[in-house]
Amino acid sequence: MLCVYIRHISPSIHHLSLMGSMSNKSEIRLLGTTASPYVNRVQFALNLKSIEYEYVQEDLKAGKSELLLTSNPVHKKVPVLLHADKPPICESQIIVEYLDEIRPDLYQLLPSLSLDRANSRFWATYIDTKFFPLYEELRRTTKKAGQDAIKEEMIDATQLLEEAFIKSSNGKAYFGGDRVGYLDVILGCFLRWIKHVDELNDFNTFDEVRVPELAKWANNIWSHEALESVAPGKETLVYFFGLIHVYRPPYQ
Amino acid sequence: MAGSDDVILLDFWVSAFGLRVRIALAEKGIHYEYREENLQNKSPLLLEMNPVHKKIPVLIHQGKPVCESNIIVQYIDEAWHDKSPSLLPSDPYLRAQARFWADFVDKKVYEAAKKIWMTEGEEDRQVAKKELIEVLKVLEGQLGEKPYMVGESFGLADIAMIPFSVWFHTLNEIGKMNIERECPKLAAWVNRCMERESVSKTLPHPHKFYEFVLEMQKKKGH
Repeated sequence: MLCVYIRHISPSIHHLSLMGSMSNKSEIRLLGTTASPYVNRVQFALNLKSIEYEYVQEDLKAGKSELLLTSNPVHKKVPVLLHADKPPICESQIIVEYLDEIRPDLYQLLPSLSLDRANSRFWATYIDTKFFPLYEELRRTTKKAGQDAIKEEMIDATQLLEEAFIKSSNGKAYFGGDRVGYLDVILGCFLRWIKHVDELNDFNTFDEVRVPELAKWANNIWSHEALESVAPGKETLVYFFGLIHVYRPPYQ
Repeated sequence: MAGSDDVILLDFWVSAFGLRVRIALAEKGIHYEYREENLQNKSPLLLEMNPVHKKIPVLIHQGKPVCESNIIVQYIDEAWHDKSPSLLPSDPYLRAQARFWADFVDKKVYEAAKKIWMTEGEEDRQVAKKELIEVLKVLEGQLGEKPYMVGESFGLADIAMIPFSVWFHTLNEIGKMNIERECPKLAAWVNRCMERESVSKTLPHPHKFYEFVLEMQKKKGH
């Protein structure tokens, strides 16, 4: 399993793996940082599926974590899932699908029909490769013309997501219909980060007029217990943004 | 059982991503209608079936589109789950590995390989070469002594990568490198995959790909 960056912090991971083999074989450990939406995504899924896990917080102030930060920890290194004595699983979407497959009986996240599953995976890819990167771009763009162009892209992207939501939800509250599903988890984890970037840039991603259904959805998901319990508070976000600003500074 | 008659593939002959889908369909023995797209003049059907990205490949099954090659391959495995072989392992942990490596090919191999003919200037090209070899060596590390990328069976991760073997001759020529010599395990894996009809009868000849890239470069005035 490729976790190149994890090797830098491997002493702690190997230690944990060894510990795992001495204790309960089904023990699940999640390595993460509270402010990472990708970590929240996995926690959201774990909570929904009532899977017990041990959360191992990466200390952002410790020496090893500087390595994490310089190699883009938010998007690349965390989350990492350790299951018993198996090598780590990386990439949040892959972890969520893995969790869905090892506990298929408890709160199924991906839909049952092959076409619906393909559709869910399609939008998950869109969200991760086209939608959310816009927020990092916006954070790092200082010139107004550039910022305006990115906001236009965000407006287009949210329009697409609004249409996707309407098709997927079938008049219900979530992408998953009556209850939270895969896409709710995939997109929902970004809400607090998005709100923070919005506030810093005089923008409103989930505007009620532009994207009324998504706006309603965002309100529902924001306070969903399985997510709210693990989402970062304002202080944590501000602190984390401060760090990110140093390690991935705005473009000149 | 999913019907085989109503399967259309919108594709471009030399696309590594389209080739993945063709290999998967061949593995399962699924009959389909192949439609070649002119990427300079995309068909109304393509624009209708993939409005978000307007890209090939698009699999249209019983009138419904499936986009993104790795997603299409998984769809094929699920929709025709009763047809062997399976394209993904049955063990969830191995499935996670398969998805990871298929994703790795997209994020790392494709990007690094493209740079070889897209960069100008000797210095940048040297950097691109180094990057590509590093990435291919990571794949070799994953292969280890195994016959295929994940476990004992040919599957999603192999399907994701094997079309890029068509690029090796071109990369060797333009990049003045020798991928097979630097990555012998990977070369052996390519040969092993080529023993499968689904691969050998589907992949275009590497020289054809080289001609195609030279044509592209000519058009851009290189």
